[in-house]
Amino acid sequence: MSAPLLQVDDLHVRFPISGGGLLGAGRRTLHAVNGISFSLAKGECLSIVGESGCGKSTTALSILGLQEPTEGAIRYRGEPLTGPGAPDRMERAKAVQMVFQDPYASLNPRQSVRTSLAAPLKLHGIKAASEIEGRIEAMLKNVGLTPEQANRYPHEFSGGQRQRIGIARALILEPEIVVLDEPVSALDVSIRAQIINLLLDLQDKLGLSYLMISHDLSVVEHMSDRVLVMFFGEVMEEGGWRDIFETPAHPYTRRLIDAIPSHEGVLAPPMPDHAAPLLAGRRFVSDGATAPDVFSAPATSELVEIAPQHRVRLALA
Amino acid sequence: MTAPLLDIRDLKLGVATGRGATLPVLKGVSFQIMPGEAYGLVGESGSGKSVTSLAVMGLLKKPLAVSGGEILFKGQNLLSLSKREMRRMRGNRVAMIFQEPMTALNPLSTVGRQIAEMFVLHQGKSWREAHRLAIEALARVRVPNPDRRARNFPHQMSGGLRQRVMIAMALACNPDLLIADEPTTALDVTVQAEVLRLIQELCAEQGTAVLFISHDLGVIASICQRVGVMYAGCLVEENETRALFDDPRHEYTRGLLGALPRLGSRSAHGRQRLVDIDSIIADRSKLTETRFIAPRAAEGSRP
Repeated sequence: MSAPLLQVDDLHVRFPISGGGLLGAGRRTLHAVNGISFSLAKGECLSIVGESGCGKSTTALSILGLQEPTEGAIRYRGEPLTGPGAPDRMERAKAVQMVFQDPYASLNPRQSVRTSLAAPLKLHGIKAASEIEGRIEAMLKNVGLTPEQANRYPHEFSGGQRQRIGIARALILEPEIVVLDEPVSALDVSIRAQIINLLLDLQDKLGLSYLMISHDLSVVEHMSDRVLVMFFGEVMEEGGWRDIFETPAHPYTRRLIDAIPSHEGVLAPPMPDHAAPLLAGRRFVSDGATAPDVFSAPATSELVEIAPQHRVRLALA
Repeated sequence: MTAPLLDIRDLKLGVATGRGATLPVLKGVSFQIMPGEAYGLVGESGSGKSVTSLAVMGLLKKPLAVSGGEILFKGQNLLSLSKREMRRMRGNRVAMIFQEPMTALNPLSTVGRQIAEMFVLHQGKSWREAHRLAIEALARVRVPNPDRRARNFPHQMSGGLRQRVMIAMALACNPDLLIADEPTTALDVTVQAEVLRLIQELCAEQGTAVLFISHDLGVIASICQRVGVMYAGCLVEENETRALFDDPRHEYTRGLLGALPRLGSRSAHGRQRLVDIDSIIADRSKLTETRFIAPRAAEGSRP
């Protein structure tokens, strides 16, 4: 098997928090991400789920190069994306791009669609007007808009159309990895389907790899190949979408699934049988119900494989 | 059969354009809520669910104005009440909780004082007595350390706690009807589940009826007995929750249900392409011509 497109090893992000005291008294360290490792293969959709504050956005920002990791390595096609010798922002922009949650806040209201889409191309040295025009036209068609709409401004579009522009903007440099940060949660219910279908079509057509951040588990189940469940900076459970949704083992994953309101009553399936012997006598690190102290590093624990590619965090035996 | 608590009859509402014309926003909406019943309104943004609730609360602002119909609350037409009478009703008999608890609470006043105000204004209690009741109200919505939390300002609380404060305020005077407009949209799933359970339990305890507004079909399904689907200012379908989800009759409802991924459906049927509502509905203008309003089941068969 070829090397994964993106490899994240033991990523830690800590933020110093000023305690407000004299001479730095009371300064503390917030542990946002505590040793996350994962890989992303070509054409795959990996989702990170968890509640607000669990570190999923910080992880994504590190990959985009917007947040320097405190420890750990991020590799893109085997080359380091962080630390000395890392590519600069321009290089990175061709590898990883992001689609933002709120299409009302993420587009510049003073720029026409054409200006928004042309800016990254010009920055990356594409000078010929005909090429710029051609790529904008092709991209607008890709996301289901018409080339004539390039002259319009964001306020002339509906929420769904704006998110299409946001997707076009992310894809115009032809990145291989796209970070989707809650790509449909700000959109109206009737529009979500269109954007989800579009994202899946584009993934297929362009061979994109998605890293999706979401707390909407039904969207995650629909779109993902693999899922990471995060809780206070750590991966509690990871596996293929079937592992997570059909045989979730960690109490926190089960709690998340059960919390989804539905007319069908209890949603989390029973504990997988094959996991029972592996889990016997072991203790889960957290049940996800009590919030751990974010100002100290979590107790050491391990991710135990209970089925191929399906891992659960347990306290040390 | 018992009389409905809230009986909205052919409610029409529009925006005055200034040239004597009105742009219709609600085109004749009728539904009833029985005492103690939880009724859900679903629909996309702009379908008219929130203005319906604002009309009930008497909180419509210009240029929005009611142009026809009646809102009967315990047999009394709310549209004919004076401002003063409406103010006495609001918060006391009909209460409301909003989507964003940060903007709905006063940032300059402690939450204890804001809850206590309800008892002072509506029940004529002294401030001292009202403060004691406010702490009790916080305990009832399961806020830990209620006497300490009562002295907190809204910014010192998490989103989930703030929403609990809103619920405590809304239910302070044991209203007959609670209007909840997207109360959990801004919350995390696990917190949402707790808040929904809280609304459900407290309202059942006090026999408070709920008008629950949401675009999230799952949320509506988990707490409402009866659901109305709104589209373009019309109630296009209404039925018992179970029946509506199992056997949607209206084209729009079917589209809405098929447009959302449902947990477990990928395991059961593989990844199905989501229904693009625009592709199955060729002409949206014709959508509101047909309506399916299921008759209410006879008294006694309600859960």
